[in-house]
Amino acid sequence: MLQNLFLNIDAGTIDWSRAQFALTAIYHWLFVPLTLGLAVIMGIVETKYYRTKDEFWKTAAKFWQKLFGVNFAMGVATGIILEFEFGTNWSNYSWFVGDIFGAPLAVEGIVAFFMESTFVAVMFFGWKKVSPGFHLASTWLTGLGATISAWWILVANAWMQYPVGCEFNPDTMRNEMVSFAEVALSPFAVDKFFHTVISSWIIGAIFCVAVCCWYIMKKRETKLATESMKIGAWVGLIAALLAGATGHKSAQSVAEVQPMKLAAMEALYNGGTDQGLSIVAWVNPLCQPDYESEESAPLKLEMPYALSFMATEDFHGYVPGINDILRGYVKPDGTVEPSVDEKIARGKQAILALKAYREAKAGGADEAALNTHLSMLKDNMKYFGYGYIKNKHDIVPFIPVNFWAFRIMVGLGCLFIVYFALLLLMIYKVPYISVIVRRLLATVGILPETAADTEGITGLPAWHYWAAIVMVPLAYIASESGWLVAEFGRQPWTIQDMLPTWAAVSDLNSSSVALTFFLFLILFTTMLAVEINILLKQIKKGPGSEN
Amino acid sequence: MRKDNFLYKVYDLYADGFRSMRLGKTLWAIILIKIFIIFVILKLFFFPNFLKENAEGDEAGYVATELTDRIAPN
Repeated sequence: MLQNLFLNIDAGTIDWSRAQFALTAIYHWLFVPLTLGLAVIMGIVETKYYRTKDEFWKTAAKFWQKLFGVNFAMGVATGIILEFEFGTNWSNYSWFVGDIFGAPLAVEGIVAFFMESTFVAVMFFGWKKVSPGFHLASTWLTGLGATISAWWILVANAWMQYPVGCEFNPDTMRNEMVSFAEVALSPFAVDKFFHTVISSWIIGAIFCVAVCCWYIMKKRETKLATESMKIGAWVGLIAALLAGATGHKSAQSVAEVQPMKLAAMEALYNGGTDQGLSIVAWVNPLCQPDYESEESAPLKLEMPYALSFMATEDFHGYVPGINDILRGYVKPDGTVEPSVDEKIARGKQAILALKAYREAKAGGADEAALNTHLSMLKDNMKYFGYGYIKNKHDIVPFIPVNFWAFRIMVGLGCLFIVYFALLLLMIYKVPYISVIVRRLLATVGILPETAADTEGITGLPAWHYWAAIVMVPLAYIASESGWLVAEFGRQPWTIQDMLPTWAAVSDLNSSSVALTFFLFLILFTTMLAVEINILLKQIKKGPGSEN
Repeated sequence: MRKDNFLYKVYDLYADGFRSMRLGKTLWAIILIKIFIIFVILKLFFFPNFLKENAEGDEAGYVATELTDRIAPN
């Protein structure tokens, strides 16, 4: 695919449409997590003001709200482009899912408009107009509005990964919602929501700590920096720990409903019971490994039993590998998961039954004939999407992206836990432990001897503060890696087991999609540059500047 | 309108807020330019409703043909 994209401008519409969607989603996701994360920071800072009535906290709250506002403004409407792409590039998909997808997106639109626009206005304009309590509530409700918006978007995304609460109508060619509760409260959506939102808090916390470190390095706004850093570090540590816990729940959901994604994330070619979690292995990042003939990825270093535990909460649990899924396997509860070849055959039966039904109906066939076709469609609908699969290996996602993106996400997540824990030790000058850590760092040459016995977060060498600033892109890399795992891992499905990308895409000329790809690249890069520029200017101006 | 009227207070919140904005004015300008680019240029010229343009009013029939014709060959 990569070769087609970079070497041949006339590569398939599918590849360009996928690339364009990925580009838009990745850029959109640069704005969203900072909004969700800073919402928590500014909410806590204003709560401090509400409780203490200390003007310092009011100034600090206004400062974080200003940075929130810049990011919020830059992110507004960037997600709407994804909906344009559905209508133009993915029209078959759009029609096929319309009724299911429409409801969560409509609710999201209404919530975003009414809740965010109302409370954002009170938050920015209402300092002298409303009571402190109402203002505080508005600040938290602004963040809650953004979080609820994220809920509905993630409900829509989760439905694509685990389609529930729907029934396919062959007359309208649409999936129709039969249970709003099943769609809105799907366990896959719940796990995805908590993991995604909580990991966004890490980005907000890291951004907050980085800004504070910059001020400390410049020896200005010291009180704002040290006090805000405490909040950032606590939010960061709690969020990083919770992200680990919710990540575990997410992995269990994936193991249950998307075993191929889990197998690709782990480069697990042949599964079984008592499976270890790969810490690292040699998976060539540029080409699909020969999973059919290799027993396992070479140079695999693993944590014994951990994959079985992660997937099933049982150290001896069964986890299918890629070849098991292709061949078919028996689940621990005794049910048989058919081979992909069998699923392909049943998928074709479903598509042919659909065609026969529609032709029979158009030709005025009687009820009995129609019911025969409908019954055949219903019996095989579960594997409808497999009818488009030419080769069983087409359902194996690109393993290297999944394998390495997962490791980057988890590795950085662990780094953030350690970082925030050490930061809190330094901030609170924890007796003994802080001294031990500082001396240890000095012994191995990370801290100079002179810094070993200083206390608190100020007065450390400049590299320490630069390290905090470097954490900002790392946090984004971790977050985007999570999305890569989620979206690359479900390939080739736009809707799991129902519709692969090549059935979902519109019959468009690839050059028109390529053109809009580059238009977006320019538009989003410009917006990102403008945002970074405004943010940096506002940080340099400091808390005293006007909104 | 009386100044303690709820509607006046809402109006005053927005009017006074917009009047005293500084950075906010720049951000609003960016939002409006962005919305113009997205909804007027991109939507009108680059992102037509594919089915509306091609299905001639029978979207279900068009999608059915597309989805049944794309079945994998034996």
